[in-house]
Amino acid sequence: MGAETAEPARARVWGYAAAFAALLMLLGFAAQLPEVLAGGRVLFGWDWAPSLGIGLDFMLDGLSLVFALLISGIGALIFLYATGYMGDHPQFGRFVLFLFAFMLSMLGLVLARDLITLFVFWELTSVTSYLLIGFNNESATARRNALQAMLVTGAGGLALLAGFILIGIVAGSHDLAEILQGGGLQGDPLYGGILALVLLGAFTKSAQFPFHFWLPNAMAAPTPVSAYLHSATMVKAGVYLLARLHPVLGGTEAWQLSLTVAGLVTAVLGGVLALRQSDLKQALAYTTLMALGIITLFLSGQSHYALTAAVVFLVVHSLYKAALFMVVGAIDHATGTRDVALLGGLRRAMPLTALAAGLAAASMAGLPPFLGWIGKELLYAGSARLEPELAVLVGVLLANALVFAVAGVVALRPFWGPAGNLPQPLHAIGWQMLAGPLVLAGLGLIFGLFPGVLQTLIIAVVEDSLGRKDTAALHLWEGMTPAVVLSLLTFALGAGLYLWRDGFRAVAGAVLARLPGFDPGWDRFLDGLKALAAWQTRAIQTGRLSQYLAATFLVLAAALGGTLVLKRPALALDLSAPVMVWVIAGFVTAGAALTLRTGSRIANIAGIGTVGIGVALIFVTFGAPDVATTQLMVETLSAVLFGIAMLRLPGIVERRSRAQRWRHGFLAGAVGLSMTLIVLAVTSHPLDRHITEYFELNSYSLAHGLNIVNVILVDFRAFDTFGELTVVLLASIGAFAVLKRRSGRVRK
Amino acid sequence: MNSLILRAGARLLVGLFLVFSLYVLLRGHNAPGGGFIGGLIAACGLAIHAFASGAAETRRALRVEPQTIGVIGLISALVAGLLAGPFGAAPFAGIWGEVAGYAVSSVLLFDIGVYLAVFGGILTLIFALEETL
Repeated sequence: MGAETAEPARARVWGYAAAFAALLMLLGFAAQLPEVLAGGRVLFGWDWAPSLGIGLDFMLDGLSLVFALLISGIGALIFLYATGYMGDHPQFGRFVLFLFAFMLSMLGLVLARDLITLFVFWELTSVTSYLLIGFNNESATARRNALQAMLVTGAGGLALLAGFILIGIVAGSHDLAEILQGGGLQGDPLYGGILALVLLGAFTKSAQFPFHFWLPNAMAAPTPVSAYLHSATMVKAGVYLLARLHPVLGGTEAWQLSLTVAGLVTAVLGGVLALRQSDLKQALAYTTLMALGIITLFLSGQSHYALTAAVVFLVVHSLYKAALFMVVGAIDHATGTRDVALLGGLRRAMPLTALAAGLAAASMAGLPPFLGWIGKELLYAGSARLEPELAVLVGVLLANALVFAVAGVVALRPFWGPAGNLPQPLHAIGWQMLAGPLVLAGLGLIFGLFPGVLQTLIIAVVEDSLGRKDTAALHLWEGMTPAVVLSLLTFALGAGLYLWRDGFRAVAGAVLARLPGFDPGWDRFLDGLKALAAWQTRAIQTGRLSQYLAATFLVLAAALGGTLVLKRPALALDLSAPVMVWVIAGFVTAGAALTLRTGSRIANIAGIGTVGIGVALIFVTFGAPDVATTQLMVETLSAVLFGIAMLRLPGIVERRSRAQRWRHGFLAGAVGLSMTLIVLAVTSHPLDRHITEYFELNSYSLAHGLNIVNVILVDFRAFDTFGELTVVLLASIGAFAVLKRRSGRVRK
Repeated sequence: MNSLILRAGARLLVGLFLVFSLYVLLRGHNAPGGGFIGGLIAACGLAIHAFASGAAETRRALRVEPQTIGVIGLISALVAGLLAGPFGAAPFAGIWGEVAGYAVSSVLLFDIGVYLAVFGGILTLIFALEETL
């Protein structure tokens, strides 16, 4: 990596430019609102591989639009924030590039209409997030965690590809618009496999238990990245996929059971782990697990209450989570620490940050009149319609209470109370770092006060994209419903947990210490994989040429011999060849016999050359001058290369045991015999000439050439030739590199 | 191999091989020959030179690194293949035209690319073996 010498001021321009570009995209998506809200779908795309039925096709409907608005809107604020947060980083330009590529991949993912296109963008988000998480590439932890995130989500992505291919086979198309229009795949015999593979992909991406361990580690990324990855993007990709395929895969017992279990465990575990943390950023990271678990849980059901709750909570979470991450980053930037134990009384020095933190945390805690309150009410209303009712209700209550307590820790502790014990004198933060938290936290309040603004879009998602007949209404106050009672219970429980957090931390720590950790398990898994790879490389790659050749010929003899035994083809032994051919055959046999004479390398090489030239002569007698010339030249050059390589070695000494020589002799005989029999079998049928005729007919008229062989090479099959050229050149350059390296080592 | 006769002969032979290889390359579209064979013949000529005078001498006579020649060939073939794009044809389809009464085509450029790639590839190998073993 070259040193980037662009001075920071210039690099900042890229941050602003990216923010502006994201803003334009946001406006572009917003312009599509009327059409989508009217129940329409915006379709656009290009041909990609039409012969495979794959298109670079996109579709904008309610679900895609919600995601696209969140991705581009929060993206614009993140770029602005990043410019303030790390605009003077020497590699800020590269950072903006990675982040922008990530944003585009994410947009492609949620807009994709073709399943294969979706998969490609899915993998692109894995790759670009790898670059972002590992951005501090001098840190071994950052590199390890980036790799972990990529391997976990990448492995899930491969499962997803297999699932998509199965869907393509069952539905007869990769086109989501068509698949969603179909009657669903629940009744198909392949449904079980499809569901397992798709869930594997979605659960790894959305960090559902037991794949949750990578997400908190992804905190190694710079804070703007965490804010983005955790709120609107990356982890939401899995949830998006679950929602997208809900109409065609949902509604079965298997779907309901797997999403309920994974969602519930992840939600409660995330809440518990979050309250345990004293690092603000880590605490927020674990609440992301809780939120993802909740959304997954509510996608398990079929009732429109549950699905509305899932979608609304998704929006709630994106807004407050991005805002709070940016707040924590601002605190970190201003004070040099994120440890709650060291922070306190910052409200005087950072009033606007404190305001944003308070607003966002209120939405996170689910206080009225914020959007979070509406979201929580819907969660409780939806819980009653999920199975098993009691478990879901208790789990959601617990998770909400835990998050309430975490919200208190994040919003109250750093800003209130006595002044903290800061590692560095406080310094001011720029407006760029205030805009994001304030706008997003403010939106949480505005949407809470005027839920009607959001309602139409939610209807488009739940009814048009998810195929429900009805949508739950977003209200601040619906009277004294059971949900309100549960909310009050949540507040009480949450407040209790907040006050008792130190005790909780001790108890949870003691319990968790006894459970096996997933993160150390991951390291052990990787170590095991490496050991396995090392073992099998030692076993297979011995480095002895004779063993590689023996293996190659063994496979050849087994494949050919096996085919012959199974098919028992008719053989035609026609000995009526011209005398010339017999002479050449004798010549070739003599050459082969000469090769077997051990002791003289030059005799070996001459023998092999004789065989090759004999074959070239046979080509000549049967009227294939091009092939014959090529064969002749190749033989000549092989003899030259063998000569250079072999004649500098000492004379041949037989080191093989008798048994080994017999084995090699048997192998050679087997290959020769099966080859001979195959040729006899092939020539017993008249030659299929329809390809030859095509070339004879079209060689001159289409490609203006009379030499069919050459025309095939440079015109009809030019692309193949190009591939072969690449191979030839790479092989020789590879050999060159290996030889030079070896000789270099000797010289040292 | 230090033989005066071989050295003197090789100097003549290289020229003959190269001229013949070009002839084979150019006639290839309508008669036996073509870039692949042409490249092999040219490489054989240089191999004789390397045997007679040593690889270092041949390198000097060639002036250009054989890897460079090979990569130029590969790029020529790629360019010839992509030329079809602006003409609206599928990639690697032959494009034909006429300049001053002579038929010109992207196919010829492609074949020259094949010639150079084969020539460069084989020579790289011969030089590497000659110089390191």
